[in-house]
Amino acid sequence: MENQTKRYWKGLEELRNDETFIKNAHNEFGSFEPTDSGSNKSIVDGTGSDRRDFLKVLGFGVAAVSLAACDAPVKKSVPYLNKPIDTFPSIADWYASTYAEGGDYASILVKTREGRPIKIEGNKQSSISKGGVSARAHASLLALYDAEKLKGPKKGEVDADWDVIDKEITTQLASIAGKGGQIRIVSSTILSPSTKAVISDFTAKYPTTKHVMYDANSVAGLVKANGDAFGKAVVPSYDFSKAKVVVGVSCDFLGTWISPEVFAQQYVQGRKLSSAKGGKRDMLRHYQFETALSLTGSNADYRTAIKPSQEGLIALTLYNKVTGKAAASLGADVDKMLEKAAKDLKAAQGAAVVVSGSNDPNVQIVVNALNEALGSYGSTIDLNTPVNFRQGNDLAMNELIDGVKSGSVSAVVFYGCNPVYDHPRGAELKDGLSKSALSVSFADRSDETSSLCKYIAPAPHYLESWGDAEPKAGFYSLQQPAISLIFKTRQAQSSLLKWAGLSSDFYAYLRNYWKTNIITGADFEGAWTKALHDGVLEKGAAVAGSSVSGTAGVDGAIATINSTYKANATALEVVLYEKVGMGTGALANNPWLQEFPEPITKACWDNYASISQKTAKELGLAQDDVVKVEIKGKSVELPVIVQPGQANGTVAIAIGYGREKAGKAGNGVGVNVYPLAQFKGGFVNFSAGDGTLSKTGETRKIAQTQTHDTVMGRKAVLQEARLAEYQKDTKAGRYFPHVVTSEGLKSPGEISLWNGYEKPNHSWGMAIDLNSCTGCGACVISCQVENNVSVVGRQEVINRREMHWIRIDRYYSSDAVEDLKALEIASENPEVTFQPLMCQHCGNAPCETVCPVLATTHSTEGLNQMAYNRCVGTRYCANNCPYKVRRFNWFKYFDNDNFDYHYNNDLGKMVINPDVTVRSRGVIEKCSMCVQRIQEGKLNAKKERRRPVDGEIVTACAQSCPTEAIVFGDMNDPESRLSKLLSEEKEGRAFQMLEEINVKPQISYLVKIRNKDVDANLVKIRNKDVDAKAATAESHAEHGGH
Amino acid sequence: MRSCLFFKEMRNISRLFVIALLAMISLSKAIAQDGDAASGETLFNNNCKACHSPKDEVVVGPGLKGIQQRRDLAWIVKWVKNPNGVIQAGDEYAVALYNKFNKAQMTAFPAFGDKEVKDILAYIEKANTAVAAAPAGATNTAQAVSGGSGPSDLFTYILVALLLVMLLVLGVLLAIVSILSKAVSGDVSSSEGTSMGDKLRNGLVAFSKNSAVRSATVWFFILMVTKATIDGMYGIGVQQGYAPKQPIAFSHKLHAGQYKVDCNYCHTGVNRGKSATIPSANICMNCHGVIKKESPEIQKIYTAIEKNQPIEWVRIHNLPDLAYFNHAQHVNVGGVQCQQCHGEIQTMEVVEQRSSLTMGWCIDCHRKTDVNTKGNAYYDKLTALHAKKSKEPLKVADIGGLECSKCHY
Repeated sequence: MENQTKRYWKGLEELRNDETFIKNAHNEFGSFEPTDSGSNKSIVDGTGSDRRDFLKVLGFGVAAVSLAACDAPVKKSVPYLNKPIDTFPSIADWYASTYAEGGDYASILVKTREGRPIKIEGNKQSSISKGGVSARAHASLLALYDAEKLKGPKKGEVDADWDVIDKEITTQLASIAGKGGQIRIVSSTILSPSTKAVISDFTAKYPTTKHVMYDANSVAGLVKANGDAFGKAVVPSYDFSKAKVVVGVSCDFLGTWISPEVFAQQYVQGRKLSSAKGGKRDMLRHYQFETALSLTGSNADYRTAIKPSQEGLIALTLYNKVTGKAAASLGADVDKMLEKAAKDLKAAQGAAVVVSGSNDPNVQIVVNALNEALGSYGSTIDLNTPVNFRQGNDLAMNELIDGVKSGSVSAVVFYGCNPVYDHPRGAELKDGLSKSALSVSFADRSDETSSLCKYIAPAPHYLESWGDAEPKAGFYSLQQPAISLIFKTRQAQSSLLKWAGLSSDFYAYLRNYWKTNIITGADFEGAWTKALHDGVLEKGAAVAGSSVSGTAGVDGAIATINSTYKANATALEVVLYEKVGMGTGALANNPWLQEFPEPITKACWDNYASISQKTAKELGLAQDDVVKVEIKGKSVELPVIVQPGQANGTVAIAIGYGREKAGKAGNGVGVNVYPLAQFKGGFVNFSAGDGTLSKTGETRKIAQTQTHDTVMGRKAVLQEARLAEYQKDTKAGRYFPHVVTSEGLKSPGEISLWNGYEKPNHSWGMAIDLNSCTGCGACVISCQVENNVSVVGRQEVINRREMHWIRIDRYYSSDAVEDLKALEIASENPEVTFQPLMCQHCGNAPCETVCPVLATTHSTEGLNQMAYNRCVGTRYCANNCPYKVRRFNWFKYFDNDNFDYHYNNDLGKMVINPDVTVRSRGVIEKCSMCVQRIQEGKLNAKKERRRPVDGEIVTACAQSCPTEAIVFGDMNDPESRLSKLLSEEKEGRAFQMLEEINVKPQISYLVKIRNKDVDANLVKIRNKDVDAKAATAESHAEHGGH
Repeated sequence: MRSCLFFKEMRNISRLFVIALLAMISLSKAIAQDGDAASGETLFNNNCKACHSPKDEVVVGPGLKGIQQRRDLAWIVKWVKNPNGVIQAGDEYAVALYNKFNKAQMTAFPAFGDKEVKDILAYIEKANTAVAAAPAGATNTAQAVSGGSGPSDLFTYILVALLLVMLLVLGVLLAIVSILSKAVSGDVSSSEGTSMGDKLRNGLVAFSKNSAVRSATVWFFILMVTKATIDGMYGIGVQQGYAPKQPIAFSHKLHAGQYKVDCNYCHTGVNRGKSATIPSANICMNCHGVIKKESPEIQKIYTAIEKNQPIEWVRIHNLPDLAYFNHAQHVNVGGVQCQQCHGEIQTMEVVEQRSSLTMGWCIDCHRKTDVNTKGNAYYDKLTALHAKKSKEPLKVADIGGLECSKCHY
């Protein structure tokens, strides 16, 4: 990968060429260490074998033969008693519904087979989520089949009956309300207008009730600032697609902030390019100022590492520079970048936006003023159609905790939240909760909060529930159950209605609410059925608003910022952040999410203290050293990860870990750092402040996948260019390898040993736009759900045996580095590129030629096929795969209690896709390009006596990509989107990975373009380098193997 | 999954011992008539069975028992290739046949040559011999065990017995020849004092002591046992002939045969999805809400409905999890008749698995079957491309019907 003047690396160990890295790179399949349950070796699960085991198995075998010979196993086939008219076994039914958990929102389609939801996909009818579904929403399906959920209501530790607890709770509520005792309903953000109506009905019955909403990842400061500046205490809608310049200040808007999938779609829309004649050749420019390297920062064109204590001053300086006022200095590098950003922002007046992830209202007020000065309101920011994704109020939550502590709150009801775990003051709440006469939780399990409550009235999973959502003012979304209740649970709304003495039929209540408030026209039934079918009803009623000047209160805010933020603090600062996969930790018992490699660190099954290389050196720390992080008397112990891009002198730790009562998969994974968060003016502040790091002497290996599956330094894996270069030449950044032959230089595609395959019918392929991929990883989980990909656990990931069929390779890169010192600088703030990689379905597949049993063969539709039952597990194919995309089943991962990740119980196994074989031990597996979907789509077309229509057949990864970076289609169909895209980009950005080895993949990539200025010096080096390279390329031919 | 298969395999391995004993019998499969009965059977089932019985009953066309006695091979081949031509040419027999069967003309099979017709004839003959030898009712358990598709076992027993008799006769003849030749050469003195029986014994002892004979015998048995073992291995997991007792004695013979209820009426999924579906109780009730309500078997359906407990039928056709099969592809798109795989279901009192459901069986059919391209725009491009390359009709195998991930993923 040295086709340019760049050097790419996946991890610091690769950059430094560590001994372990080299060892692992050559040791294809990782070490042969057993699983962490090494003590109980057994031949049956493959962890070991000896002579005794052999004899045991032999004896068992003989016994089994004699027993089995007696009778054939009888399989039962049980039809419906009364078959629903439109349901056919083996044919999937789809239901439109809504994912709205803790303020995260997506309009979804639920695929059910034989009554079981087995897949979640985006609903393209929604103009808000537009088919975008996050990795977490995909994974939320597994929570439906979590065997550790409560099977019915509980009174204390004891199982109870609904009748009993209803009676007791109602009596106690009446007596508390009668005495004027305070009742509180505590919840995370509720998007559902009908649920809010239920709460107000409950309040009508018990007038001392108050509803408190809080968010574990709060943006209350933004709401407060908007309230102060514009008189509208809301979160506005942002539209990044209208922006030409975006500046983010510690704001992970592509990864975790407010509604990342929505923002990612808009953002990528502004960054898509086309090499077609007259195609779009300009893209938005993105500046990011942040502490830890976030998903957003890794996509930015210019990223600057800052300390949390500088955050407010960054916004302020930018404001001053844009408005032409004098600005203080924040250091030469930062100043230079701020100057450049301000210049670009001013030039893009009316098409610019500045966002800040700060929860400090003062910072947000300054950002508002800045946006006002840039003319963003009305173009990129819409205050009149606010979004409801985050409605939490930090101040009200503090008041609640004070109330519970002082004993002034007599009854507290927790709904969809777990504040004992995920609120910084959770410990205080834990201690105070016993003082409340009545405490009830609607949690689905006995978690940190609900286990302290007097009653648990478990609410079912959202896929078992009715509901609605109003993610944005005037945009409604319906939630319908896709399966009947699995356990004896009851919706929270029904419980509240019941306790308020009303009918507990929430479905009737919901319909009635919609009839009176949302569908007010004549034909209610028709409109209701349509809304239920579509999943959404978008009226888009804009809230008429007064326009108040955005600069109100700005002077006060500036003064506060100047006094509370520091331009050049020297102490070690701790900052908390949210991980893209794990989020706030509510879904911690989800092995899919636990094993989801975090997009930047590629680490899973843990949280850790991220520090920069320089800081690590200063403190004498190395990767995997366990350190004690101390802030203001609180401390946690966790391993260190040395993270390029992390601001020097800072430590970043992820929230969402350290659950104690989540379940088997989530308990004890990582450390809970919510208690480290601080309050600033009552608002939760994830910049925890100054702290210390000290070595404990222990080490804990972090399960990181980043340098697994290395491509052994082959060239042309990644290709990228800068916008100005691309505007001049659409082939900028492309690498054209040549092979020396007796007839002179030739491109590798011109010579081949093989005759190739005819593809008369279809030729399935993909194009992956590296410029559109933000690295969010929704495809990874979507693929895992669709293809029954196993979870292997932390130790097996460390053993380099993860099973994901699609991985997103994250490469760091930096310009022209030659000596070691330069390398260190390079790793301070590298550029980042994401490259989704799955089986490339090579036309000249190296894996096929080495399989001794023909288990992997080629189809006439361009697919590289894998017949599991033919595979004998030689792993030659994986060894010979240049892309390292083949996965070996070292163990039987289902029905095996050593892999306790839901596939070992009957309920958990209900999530398995019946159209895809569950692979057993000893076979290789890999991406099949969702052949089951291809087969289904073709059959549907044949049944209707027609050809398949483009877009009808989509792989799980392409389907779930919120930014449409992955385009799947039939390359034999000239009208398909893929064919058109490839024909446009053929003389442009389209390249095939490792073209020099001429394996003819079915998958093409589009060159990554960065909107960075072209450095004149760099061009000179590059040209020189290219000439030199051409000379050396001629001197030795490139071959596939090594 | 695998564990299930494991048990099944173990059970079948134990059967191997039985099979090994029958080694010689299996060998007799190789002894065949002019045509290959096995391939004839497939051809017959795929092409003829819809209208003809191999016995003498009339289905749509005449029963084919004794066809070779009625007509000669040349005529049959001509007829099969182009029945219309034969009728037009004024062939007396053909015209009479045409008129007898309400002027319904037989489908032409232009692709069939002497080889195919001979195979089919061999099959017809075999089918009739087997039936004649084994009277109806004696279900052939051995066949179910071995899972082979060879001739009936009684037939093979007879052949083996004949072979043994012939060997014995050969031995005796050889002995006589040797004695006679010695007598002729005047070597009578040496044989003086020994009886004819002793001489025969001595001759046989010498014969058996011959090392070539010995090793040939040993090799003969080793090879036979090996073949039987391999044949038996192919039968592992094959449940051909499996006809379990069902919770309700439902008769396909009555419903599909006598009352000619369309298969689709009950098996509603067959044109739509993977599963043809076993009918739900509400489908039974469409008729049995009125008809034969008092029958104890039908009362079982009533009980199931009252108790709200679905009927647990025993699954007969068990494809392993690793194989994907879709009824809609075959029935809706391919236009395959149910009987082709399920046998003459309309004659079955108790349904049994007629086809082996092995991969070989699938592949075989995919190789031989023409794609039902008529009126299906999906295949237009493929047929056009194929027509350029070949004059043969488009087979399933030509469009990727033998590729792994058509069925395994």
